[in-house]
Amino acid sequence: MKILTKWLRSYLPELPVDDAQLAEDLTLRGIAVEGIYSLGEGNGSLFEMDITTNRVDAMNHYGVAREAAAIYGVALKPLDISLPEAKPSAKPFDVKIEATDACGRFTARVLRGITVTETKDWYPGAEVETYFNLLEQKKISSAVDATNFCWLAMGQPTHAFDLDKLEGGIIVRRARKGEKLKTLDGIERTLDPEDLIVADHAKPLALAGVMGGWDSMITAETKNVLVEAAWFDPIAVRRTARRHGLHTDASHRFERGADFNAAPVASAIVSKILLAFGGHIEGDLVDVRVPAVEARTNSRAAVSLALSEVQRMLGTTVHSEGIAAPMVEKILVALGCGLAPAGDGVWSVTLPSWRLDIEREIDLIEEVARVYGYNGFANTLPAFGGGVQALPWAAAEAAVRNTMRAAGFHEAIASTFCSAAEAALTAPQPGQVVPLGNPLSEEAGVLRPSLVPGMLAAVAGNLHRDVSDVRLFEAGTVFSGSTEKVEERPALGFVAAGTVPEQSALHAPRAIDFHDVKGVVEQVAAQFQARTVYFDRFPADSGIMPRWLHPYRAARINVDGTTVGWFGQLHPNEAAARKLKDAVLVGEIYLDRLYKLPLRKPAAREVSRFQPVRRDFSLVLDASISWEKIDQAIAALQLPELVDWRAREVFRDPKRGGKEYSLLLGVTFQAADRTLRDEELQAFHAQVVAAVGAAGARLRS
Amino acid sequence: MSNETIPNLESYDDDSLAKAFSALENLAKDDASALGAEDFRLRWLGRKQGLLNDVSSRYLKAAPPAFKKSVGERFKVLKELVEGLLESASGAGPSDAALAAEAIDITLPGTRRLIGAEHPITKTLNEIVNVFAALGYSVGVGPEVETDFYNFESMNFPPGHPARDTQDTLVVANQERRSQRDRLLLRTHTSPVQMRTMEQQPPPVRIVIPGKVHRNDAQDATHSPIFHQVEGLCVDTNITFSDLKGTLDHAMKALFGSSVKTRFFPSFFPFTEPSADVQISCIFCGGKGCRKCKQSGWIELLGCGMVDPAVFAFAAEKQPAYDPKKISGFAFGMGVERIAMMKYGISEIGQFYAGDMRFLGQFA
Repeated sequence: MKILTKWLRSYLPELPVDDAQLAEDLTLRGIAVEGIYSLGEGNGSLFEMDITTNRVDAMNHYGVAREAAAIYGVALKPLDISLPEAKPSAKPFDVKIEATDACGRFTARVLRGITVTETKDWYPGAEVETYFNLLEQKKISSAVDATNFCWLAMGQPTHAFDLDKLEGGIIVRRARKGEKLKTLDGIERTLDPEDLIVADHAKPLALAGVMGGWDSMITAETKNVLVEAAWFDPIAVRRTARRHGLHTDASHRFERGADFNAAPVASAIVSKILLAFGGHIEGDLVDVRVPAVEARTNSRAAVSLALSEVQRMLGTTVHSEGIAAPMVEKILVALGCGLAPAGDGVWSVTLPSWRLDIEREIDLIEEVARVYGYNGFANTLPAFGGGVQALPWAAAEAAVRNTMRAAGFHEAIASTFCSAAEAALTAPQPGQVVPLGNPLSEEAGVLRPSLVPGMLAAVAGNLHRDVSDVRLFEAGTVFSGSTEKVEERPALGFVAAGTVPEQSALHAPRAIDFHDVKGVVEQVAAQFQARTVYFDRFPADSGIMPRWLHPYRAARINVDGTTVGWFGQLHPNEAAARKLKDAVLVGEIYLDRLYKLPLRKPAAREVSRFQPVRRDFSLVLDASISWEKIDQAIAALQLPELVDWRAREVFRDPKRGGKEYSLLLGVTFQAADRTLRDEELQAFHAQVVAAVGAAGARLRS
Repeated sequence: MSNETIPNLESYDDDSLAKAFSALENLAKDDASALGAEDFRLRWLGRKQGLLNDVSSRYLKAAPPAFKKSVGERFKVLKELVEGLLESASGAGPSDAALAAEAIDITLPGTRRLIGAEHPITKTLNEIVNVFAALGYSVGVGPEVETDFYNFESMNFPPGHPARDTQDTLVVANQERRSQRDRLLLRTHTSPVQMRTMEQQPPPVRIVIPGKVHRNDAQDATHSPIFHQVEGLCVDTNITFSDLKGTLDHAMKALFGSSVKTRFFPSFFPFTEPSADVQISCIFCGGKGCRKCKQSGWIELLGCGMVDPAVFAFAAEKQPAYDPKKISGFAFGMGVERIAMMKYGISEIGQFYAGDMRFLGQFA
């Protein structure tokens, strides 16, 4: 909100500081001045304020002035609420509060014979035109501007009704089902039975504390006026405003808790301005109060405050005297509290009606700290005697991330949400997708059940921007379950496209392929202490392969008999749907399942000092025989001297019609305790030939 | 003698040549290690009976014209090998000319393997967590989907509290029939982990809580519906506001450099009282005033305060030791994106979540 220092200073004739200092001192006490704008010679400054929601009392000029008075210890000028003598009325205006839970006080004052004109500077203390021009507040008419001036001055919203449009007296009540009200914004509204309204004996007049009604508004023809100033319950106003999608200056204030005692003051301010151009008051101010509400606002029970509590919470000050009793008393009295001694080092504190945010001892302690100045407290460190515990999976997560980064994958963080269609495609557990009630967009309609949608969006974003070498991973949360109960699990998503090595003038790049990514997956799995790690796939028509993967170029990752993830080439249909021309490799690992395994603890083996002997076998195999068969056949030999075997080269000769392929098998023999002799090697050689032969391979002649 | 040593050439095709020359190269290597330098020279480079002479006459000179070139090339390689072997054998090492022939362009860029980069958010998050770990804080985490109770009610945002307006919340569908406190939502802050931790363990507590949070905010340069926070909680028998000040002053110096100053001013959070916002002296201009700090010399960085007794009262329902008359504590929270943007000069918050290789690669 905007505050004029010219207006502020009219309440603080003794203010000893300039506008810049005032702004700084207010800000450091929590009445934040966000911007200072000079308005020219004699006009002071405009402060752009950022007042926290709990300080509705400071969302007006008089409230800010009160803070300044407390900070500098200067006098605060009382508000001018003097009024001309009233003419007697036959009987008091009829006001009835039916909704006593939601309306605590309602004051009504009848003014007759007034004239609605343009806004002027009416009298000293009511320079409405000057202030509104400086604030760039729109001027509407003398009557509307009087109510706006009032809340800008001292925070209390008021309302002026055209008295001649009222039928009978005022009733503050809940709306009846089906009742209608055209509000000041010109919208015809159907009221809800929960809406708090101000009505006359025939019809609704206003949404209480939110907005007045069209039919009873002040017009140029209005002569007779009823001035309303009331206290409405914060929650009732908030609910009414929300139901109707309204947020007004009035609702903003009532929602945060108005001052129970402000109604008669505001009524006087508004009435005095309206009467400045003729007219008179009829009868006394009608003031209906609800005792229960008054008890919890105006006459709240005193709060006990102990000096020892102040010191226990706040600690050490920069100045050695600390927070002593006189300091506490000075601060709280300036803020409007009454302090009475109630034992040794204890006060009984009465609370100001405009500070509903203060209700407990701790609130008073905060006020002491705030006005004393937070920066007056020392910087101390608490003593510490405990130990620090890491999360149980912290080391495992770090191992996974480090492996992915070492493999050249950048870490990404993708959206927590995806579309329902993407979720249906990628959810590991079909149907277990959790929709949002108020999604950001349709594309973000559900909680992601998988990290794959985010990885695909990221790879598409890069490829579409001609960034062709992509390696990304995300370690994040995936969601399953239902709207009744949501399960969260950690997962690892990864995606790759483009070439390896990424850039070199000397080596021809080659496309990254399935086995590059498989290597990364193997390295991630190798971080954990597993008995078995293997990869398999299922027939395309089995329904087991994820639909986002190419059914013949994808694999399930199985660790110790548990599926821990899937990866492979993106299904060509999905690639086409995303306009991806390059082959994309994508996958997901269910980290919660990997985290059940301990991290692998490296155990050193003695390195043999004896010469290793390498033998290559050039094999020809039927296309149906996978490497796995050869691998298992050699492993089954269980020769301690057979220390390493690997596929060195695979060649599929297109001329042979894909029925057969060649495999160069490299085998290394080495003993830990001796140099191998020729006859031993020949025997091993024969065993290998026999084993791979049994597996279906023949030696190339 | 030489006739037996030099293999017979079966034909002039590539395979046969490769086989023959490979055998000769092996022979030369074997000789070089078996013979002295002079013997080696005589055997291979002798003017009349040297093996190279024989190879030349038997392979090269005899080759049909069509194969002269391919045989010649292989012969040249063999000759260079033999000369090289002789140089090594005589102890002089390769000649400068031989080395010069191996020259490469060292100004061509090195072949770089891609090194994966830590995400700047993860990096910043870990830095913050490590600062507090060194002060004795353990790490705590909690779910991203929370109940209204943990996210709001137990953090002293009662139903209908206007502070709920400032945190527009993304909610899980179909919660209308459930009681208010059981309704599921995307946590709007990491503060619910405070309550979850206190329910699990009696004081003393020192935890630091990194995590992802969500709000129903429109995306702009500095706001995102997805962002990260680091929250901290310290509870013990004698924790004071000056302890809070000292802890955060220390942490800010550890994060931004020992010359950084802090200042505290009042703020409002439902779950702390007194509450404070913390500014640090501008890390770009040192506090003189610049564009980054809007000429103020200060940058607002985090929110904090003493734990509100109402929050302890919720914790005491499960852990009676959280008696606000006997213990006290402080809590703080900071936005990780904001700190990362400041540290790395990032102007657009959306870049954190776009997965752009060019952006992420800068942090490798």
